[in-house]
Amino acid sequence: MSNQFAIDIQGVSKRYGKDVQALDEVSLQVRPGELFGLIGPDGAGKTTLIRILATLLLADEGQATVDGWDVRKDYKQIRRNVGYMPGRFSLYQDLSVEENLTFFATIFGTTIRENYDLIRDIYGQLEPFRTRKAGKLSGGMKQKLALSCALIHKPSVLFLDEPTTGVDAVSRHEFWEMLQRLRQKGITILVSTPYMDEASLCERVALIQKGRILSIDTPANIVGSFDKPLLAIRTDDMYRLINDLRQFESTHSAYPFGDYVHLALDGPIWAEAVHAYLVGKEHTGIEIKPAEVTIEDSFMELMSKE
Amino acid sequence: MLPAITADKLTKRFGDFTAVNQITFEVKKGEIFGFLGANGAGKTTAIRMLNGLSRPTAGKAQVAGFDVYRQTEKIKRRIGYMSQKFSLYEDLTVRENIQFYGGIYGLPLAEIRRQMKQLVAGLGMEPYARNLVKSLPLGWRQKLAFSISIMHNPEIVFLDEPTGGVDPITRRQFWEMIYKAANEGMTVFVTTHYMDEAEYCNRVSIMADGRIAALDTPHALKEQFHATSMNDVFLNLTRPGRQAS
Amino acid sequence: MKQLLIFIRKETYHIFRDKRTLLILLGMPMVQVLLFGFAITNEITNARIAILDQSKGEMSRNIIQRFTASGYFEIDENLQSLSDIERHFRQGKTKLVAVFPPQLEENMKRNVPAKIQLVADATDPNTATTLINYASAIIGRYLQEQSHGQAVPLAINTEVKMLYNPRLKSVYMFVPGVITIILMLMSAMMTSIAITREKELGTMEVLLVSPLRPSTIIIGKVIPYIVLALAMAAIVLLLGAFVFNMPIRGSLVLLIAECVLFVITSLSLGILISTRTETQQVAMLISLMALMLPTILLSGFIFPIESMPKVLQILSNIIPAKWFIIIIKNVMLRGTGFSFIWKETLILLGMAMFFIAASIRNFKIRLA
Repeated sequence: MSNQFAIDIQGVSKRYGKDVQALDEVSLQVRPGELFGLIGPDGAGKTTLIRILATLLLADEGQATVDGWDVRKDYKQIRRNVGYMPGRFSLYQDLSVEENLTFFATIFGTTIRENYDLIRDIYGQLEPFRTRKAGKLSGGMKQKLALSCALIHKPSVLFLDEPTTGVDAVSRHEFWEMLQRLRQKGITILVSTPYMDEASLCERVALIQKGRILSIDTPANIVGSFDKPLLAIRTDDMYRLINDLRQFESTHSAYPFGDYVHLALDGPIWAEAVHAYLVGKEHTGIEIKPAEVTIEDSFMELMSKE
Repeated sequence: MLPAITADKLTKRFGDFTAVNQITFEVKKGEIFGFLGANGAGKTTAIRMLNGLSRPTAGKAQVAGFDVYRQTEKIKRRIGYMSQKFSLYEDLTVRENIQFYGGIYGLPLAEIRRQMKQLVAGLGMEPYARNLVKSLPLGWRQKLAFSISIMHNPEIVFLDEPTGGVDPITRRQFWEMIYKAANEGMTVFVTTHYMDEAEYCNRVSIMADGRIAALDTPHALKEQFHATSMNDVFLNLTRPGRQAS
Repeated sequence: MKQLLIFIRKETYHIFRDKRTLLILLGMPMVQVLLFGFAITNEITNARIAILDQSKGEMSRNIIQRFTASGYFEIDENLQSLSDIERHFRQGKTKLVAVFPPQLEENMKRNVPAKIQLVADATDPNTATTLINYASAIIGRYLQEQSHGQAVPLAINTEVKMLYNPRLKSVYMFVPGVITIILMLMSAMMTSIAITREKELGTMEVLLVSPLRPSTIIIGKVIPYIVLALAMAAIVLLLGAFVFNMPIRGSLVLLIAECVLFVITSLSLGILISTRTETQQVAMLISLMALMLPTILLSGFIFPIESMPKVLQILSNIIPAKWFIIIIKNVMLRGTGFSFIWKETLILLGMAMFFIAASIRNFKIRLA
């Protein structure tokens, strides 16, 4: 039982049917008290991995422990000690806010009062709507209620499967603030998200794609490992700009990034050279500046290396 | 050139509740226009009025040159629609989906056949044309759904969170498809929760409490709010206790 | 224990907050009973029959008189010869002809089996059977009275079940059947949906990742529905009693206890179905389609089990409804006590325990 990791995953694989390899020898470790992000697009295997850890699915191969408990053998202990929030809103819509919370407190053998401290921040905002049916709450409030229910038994590890999918930017922001506060209370949090910009809010992240881990590190190190010069370029005609940049001889990759195109170059090329090239292509309103590397840049670079 | 969409003090009330409060804006032809707002800000109601699905309470609006009160059938023929949640029938094959959507927009058979070839080839999906849509990776489905939604060559295409959850490379490919369509003169109207998606639009409007709180290019909005991303602009505008007017 | 209580409370909230479903659940039995009671009844009044009386004696006269006095029959024509019978049927005037042989009275006195022939038009077998049953019951009763209770060589065997339904009320047959079928189908459907709904909504996922035991979930699902199913049973019984004057001759307590047992059996069958299905739609189809036909056909509700092929007779033993129909008919119509139905009760109890055990065993503690 001696294991310094809150979550320890060793070579876990999972297939659905013949064709779908949901997870392919995934290994990763999460330290106690860490806020760890599982970042990847839909279908990357995030939900499968979280379900295996939450003892809802069995892995075909490999081992995993949560709090030192084996996910296969010791599922009962894990179920007592972890909090789990599925990707879909999974509370009783026809029960009120308070009824839902009471229900989950009781099935975990506790009461709202006993662990009120832990959820004070979150549930406090919901209390004015105590008697409202969960189905009638707004997206952000549903999410807060679901989090309160997942926390009510004071879990040591919290699994959150895409908690911010489908909620607006304001609620998303608030949700991450709540997670930061929970982390300070010593709860280990494993959160999955398809939104690359949320990676920077985690201590460490695993980038995952097609069931394989591309990289595990701190967001800063992942961004830092991007080793090509990167320019942000815009002109008046974006569509033509992308196509022209792809024709440029030193181009490693050119992808639209909002209102700029991120141009990664093979070798040290002066921005002036790119400028001259674009002028030659009759672009107007040319703006070229060094780009700040984002997780998305790194993710795409890692993806194309695969 | 006539704008693709004009809305003039467009309003929708449900009983006492004003969901959309006198919104006025214009979308130029060939523009990629982002339509943002928090949950419950009135986005969905506004789009339904523009699509001819909901009758406005007051105000004026024209879509593709047609009136949203009287000419909804004409509007429906000239718009395309794609949402992340539902667009394709997963238990039909790629070909069957194309045939179906071609059919409901009344395209001639020869045209459907021509489009089928072109569309499938354009997406590099020839070997999968007879596969069920549900067997395709999500990114492909999204691209296919977009191609199908503009198959009947609409003047305006409405996209609802088109690239949420898609991997970053596929997402870029998707945006390139949108740029290409816009470049050919199609107007693209994007609604989304995700502010990084908004960065790709030519201009964005942000709704809050039934009104349009801001409308400009992402670049100008970021400068105006001294923000580094649209996410910050949005939080600034819609959070309680915001400083901006 | 606390867990179970809160689970039951939650389930009760679900039931009472879904007003529309609740209304359907309680309204459906009503509609069914009224439908079966009024529309599908095969009761007969003033059916036109013909008589060929070759004996022309006192006995045949008396029987004919009883026919007309019963209110079920109306004499349409007195035929003259055997050859008239076929002609008569061809004309389609009547459905039944009673033929009294020439030496009826003499044979009776000499203890030679006398034969009164009942000829029915069997193109509509249900009506034919009913008419024959009615007519033979009337004849049988007449003969019995004549012999003052002594054994007589009965000319025609009357069906035993008529004895307990002397006025030949078919509604007496239907009410127990309807109660059985409603309780079976509704109960199985309610619980199978209640669990698959949690699977569909994703709440099952959250319940699984909690210390709740499968047995707590299953028992917590069953208990609230017992009450609901009993309310349905009460509705049907009350309708039977007040609208159709259906008697309850046995002990009411016994009747309710047996209903509870049968409801538990059906509810646990529903749970078993739900452990094997993922969506409400499939659960509903299985509990309706897969249970409805065997329950209706093999329970003895419509078709007597004795007249089924051997294979079906054996098969009918695994239909819980068969045993409950026997129980409920005994209690309601015959007024028998527990000592007569303990065997059937034990079989139902065994079935209920089997279904619950199988459900707990089959309950998936993980997602598929």
